[in-house]
This record gives sequence, C-alpha cells and structure tokens, in this order.
Amino acid sequence: MLSTRDLVLCALFAALLGGLGMAPPIPLGFLPVPITAQTLGVMLAGTILGARRGGLAALLFVLLVAAGLPLLAGGRGGIGVLMGPTGGFVLAWPLGAVITGWLAERFASGTSPVRLFAVSVVGGILAVYAVGIPWLALVAGLPIEKAALGTMAFLPGDLIKAGVCAFAAAAVRRAGILPLHA
Amino acid sequence: MLGLYLHRDSAVHRLPAGAKMGGLLLLTAVVLTLPGAWGALAAMVAGAALLAAARLPPGRVLRDLRAPVVMLALLFGIQALLAGTGWQDAAIAVARFAALILLATVVTLTTRVMDMVDLFERLFGLLRPLGVNPAKMALMLALTIRFVPLLGDLVREVRMAQRARGVERNMAALFVPLLVKILTMADDLTAALEARGYDPADTGSQR
Repeated sequence: MLSTRDLVLCALFAALLGGLGMAPPIPLGFLPVPITAQTLGVMLAGTILGARRGGLAALLFVLLVAAGLPLLAGGRGGIGVLMGPTGGFVLAWPLGAVITGWLAERFASGTSPVRLFAVSVVGGILAVYAVGIPWLALVAGLPIEKAALGTMAFLPGDLIKAGVCAFAAAAVRRAGILPLHA
Repeated sequence: MLGLYLHRDSAVHRLPAGAKMGGLLLLTAVVLTLPGAWGALAAMVAGAALLAAARLPPGRVLRDLRAPVVMLALLFGIQALLAGTGWQDAAIAVARFAALILLATVVTLTTRVMDMVDLFERLFGLLRPLGVNPAKMALMLALTIRFVPLLGDLVREVRMAQRARGVERNMAALFVPLLVKILTMADDLTAALEARGYDPADTGSQR
C-alpha cells in the first residue's frame, strides 16, 4: 500500500518532470542542440523511487499532459502531442521508469555509478526507444529502420543524461537520504 | 496552472469530457481500420466541422498544430525523395495521423483540465478491483498540479545558483542539490498532510 510519503514522492517527481520541461534547455557546448532534461527525470524517478513509485510518477505526468496541461518541453501538451509522431517517446515514460526501477531494485541498489548507468540506459533509453520508434514509424508511415536511424540523433544526449542520472542517484544514495525501499 | 483549454461558449465545449474522449477513441479506431485515406478524409472534415462549431480561432489552432504537421511533412518529404515508390502508403499514414492530431487538439482545446482529471478519476474507480485506489490517484493528481509551479521555481533557483558559481553546464551540479531538496521537501509535505488528518489507510469508500 502507498503511504502518505509515497503519494507525496510520486507527486513531487511527476511535478519535477513538469518543472524540467519549463526550464530552458541546458547547453552542453559540445552538442549542437541544447538538451531538455525531462527524460533524465524519468530515469531519476526509476532509480531513486523504484519501479512502483517511479512508474506512478511518470504515469501521473503523462495523464496530466493528456488532460491538457502544457508540461512537455516547449510548453506543449494535450492528446494531439501524444498522438503525434514523437508521442510514443512520451507515452513510454511510465514503462521506462518501471523498467529502470525494477532493474535498479535488483541490480543497482548500491552506490555504484556504473550499475546505475547501465540500468538507466536499459530502462530510460532502450525501453523508451522500443516504444517510441515503432510509434514514429506507424504515425509517419516510415520504414522502422529509418525511424530508428533518425532517433539515433538523440542517443548522445540520452547517454549523457543516463550518466548524469547515475552520478546524481549515486550521490543521493551515498548521502543516505533515501534508500530504495524507504 | 493554466492548461491549453480555450474558453468559448459552444456546444462542443459543453459536451462532457467523457463523451469527447470516447468519441476520439472511437474515431481513432474507425480512421485506423478504414482502408485507404477515406477515414482520414472523413476525420479531417469532422475535425474542421468541430473546430467551426467550437468557435475556436483558426490561427491559434494552426499554431498548436504547426509542430507535428511540419514534422510529419518533413518525414514524408524525405521518404518520398528516398523511396520513390511506396510513397502512397506513407501518404495514407501521414494523412490519417494528421487528421487524428487535429481531432485530439480540438478535444484538448475545448475541455478543461479539471474536467479531464475528473474523468480520469472516474476511470480509476473502474480499476478498483485491480487494486487501484481512486482516492489516492485523485490526491496525487491534485498534488502534482500544485507542485508543478513549485518545482519549476526550484529548478530555476538551483540553476541560477549554479550559474552564479560558473557551473551551469554541469548537469550533475544541478541534479544533486535538486534531488536533495525534493527529498527533504517530501518529508515536510508528508508531515503537513498527516498533521491535517490525512490517513493513507482510508480508502475513501465510506464517503
């Protein structure tokens, strides 16, 4: 059962996803496009909150986007965006957070950044792409390998985000503020 | 927190959220199952008619639709250039989804966020046998709506602090303090909720 603290944590991380969407994208210098940190929020929800609460946080966020709040980066939102070509990459967030969290609970419950990175890549990148790419192919009538090829443009940014997630989650764990099963 | 809702006095706006979402689902199924572009064409006509009936300003609607339509057009253009043949299938897919995006945008622009949230809450009620607690989901949705501006400010605040230290390009320097703040906020908010008599064991079924 979800405790009061669980409810608050889910709502806070869902709101964090929205807050990250409102902030201007972060310039990294060596990447041509500034990156938004929303997918990083998904990885953090999974690694820090675990499968159940992390998945719930991402689900709450997607529901509020569907309800018409402009929470996606650039102030976008509504069902139209979710049904659009890149909608699959957002609809996959609850699944991505659940997989990240499930893996983190089993294989990365310590403070090893390498393990946390691997878990974030599988849940936050692979799982999200596994939904987003077929969705893009379907909506745009693209052959799936072309959709996958186009998506690779986002891979460097996403790998950096997984790295930041691993580093930040390890630091938070080391500080002992929130163990995985608190 | 303002949604994308655009108020006008029209029959489309007054339709219950459930009817609009149900209709959208139904039309999506129809458009995707009808062969060829006929479903897409019908959905476009329906979308345009609904737009007119809802008295929405076409300029604003077009602005909302610009990003996905430009992207679809670009993807289609590249494909038509590269593939040569087989572009008809792609054209049908693009037309179908362009029409569905139009319809979905009409639903979003004519339905208040709170009406949609109420609809979700009723749907959670149906999931009660699966162990979903609708009262908790409702509370979490309400809390999230309240927390979004709070977290937006928090993100901005921490980024300003990091800029002052000259580490604004270091994402780790942003996220560690952000997470620590969120996790300590969670403790305070939990205490605040419980001090006001919130009981997580209360399923809300007696009310």
